[in-house]
Amino acid sequence: MVNEQSISVANIWKIVETIPDPEIPVISIVELGVVREVKIENDIIEIIITPTYIGCPAMDMITMHIKLALMEAGFKNVKVTSVLSPAWTTDWMTEETKNKLKAYGIAPPNTKQIVCTPDLFIQDEAVACPHCNNFNTKMVSRFGSTACKALYFCNNCNEPFDYFKCH
Amino acid sequence: MQAAKENFLLYLADSTHILSHRNSEWCGHAPILEQDIALTNIALDLLGQSRNFYQYAAELIGNNATEDSLAYLRIESEYKNLLLVELPKEDWAHTVLRQFYFSVFLFYLYQQLQQNKDVQIAAIATKAIKEVAYHVRWSGEWVIRLGDGTEESNQRMQYAVEAYKNFTGEFFVLTNYEKQMQIDFELIQQQWNDKVAAVFNDATLSFTNSNFHQVGGKEGRHTEYLGYILTDMQYLQRTYPNATW
Ligand SMILES: [Zn+2]
Repeated sequence: MVNEQSISVANIWKIVETIPDPEIPVISIVELGVVREVKIENDIIEIIITPTYIGCPAMDMITMHIKLALMEAGFKNVKVTSVLSPAWTTDWMTEETKNKLKAYGIAPPNTKQIVCTPDLFIQDEAVACPHCNNFNTKMVSRFGSTACKALYFCNNCNEPFDYFKCH
Repeated sequence: MQAAKENFLLYLADSTHILSHRNSEWCGHAPILEQDIALTNIALDLLGQSRNFYQYAAELIGNNATEDSLAYLRIESEYKNLLLVELPKEDWAHTVLRQFYFSVFLFYLYQQLQQNKDVQIAAIATKAIKEVAYHVRWSGEWVIRLGDGTEESNQRMQYAVEAYKNFTGEFFVLTNYEKQMQIDFELIQQQWNDKVAAVFNDATLSFTNSNFHQVGGKEGRHTEYLGYILTDMQYLQRTYPNATW
């Protein structure tokens, strides 16, 4: 028996907030900044999402998870729309979200935006190791296990870690 | 104007799509794991750009066109990608140099497209330029690392420069549809030349300026190599029309 809830924007947000990011399950797709807006018109629920990176392969899965979660709550008329503008940025991430990333072993994004330059050999400002908090770290590769992460190594505790690139 | 815009979108969609495919051929074969992952990440970014251009082109073209029909059901002479991106992947030096040439061009092109009157084109460019900046840096650093590296790496880099010397001109030999897009290609050419010269200087490489340009890709006249890519890529949809999984 489905749990019938009244259709309200606030209720829909509450459900969407429970959906974890498929690649970093400790934060939700709302905390990641992928869900931009919830609209209700003539009993049709529209969820506006935006990709982190333009080719993010998780978008189709996120769309499916949104539809499934809302269906489970009894909402069947759901439309998920993907938009590109405004372009996603890690600046939308709250301190709380960043702390969750760190506790999970991923260094959270620095706030300073230096990515949009074609100048070579530019490094992000010092990235702290999420394990030992030491700043004596180095970038191994600008591209990590997913498009949004870079691969780092900590010279202090000798552990590799992912850095959520500021973007 | 509408037709010009459709062609321009297909030109960008096809070029990013084909280079994405060429880069994906490195998956599992790059010199070290980190670079394998870097190149497949770049391939993924390019594919994302390509999908957005196809989706928008499909919307303008209508007639039930979709991103899939444009990617999988057009023949060689309908593909509008640059010749540069369809050439075989060759060695690591060729791969990073081609990526560098292409990414620098895209970076300065997207810089202008961010202000395009068409809001969808502007949105795609604004989204993609951050990623293209990463690609410029990654590939440019490799050009310097190899050019200013060992005797052999320098020589291989110089071979790659030689191999592509007649293919970079196509960026700036404009088709009719590009001329209608109100883009300052002369500015892009200047910026491209400056950036390549600066990196080549650091890389101790000499740029061979050629007066002869291989052109035609942007209007559907391709080298023999494109057909093989399309055969590979379109085989399933051609053999089992509308197959899904
Ligand atoms: Zn550490």
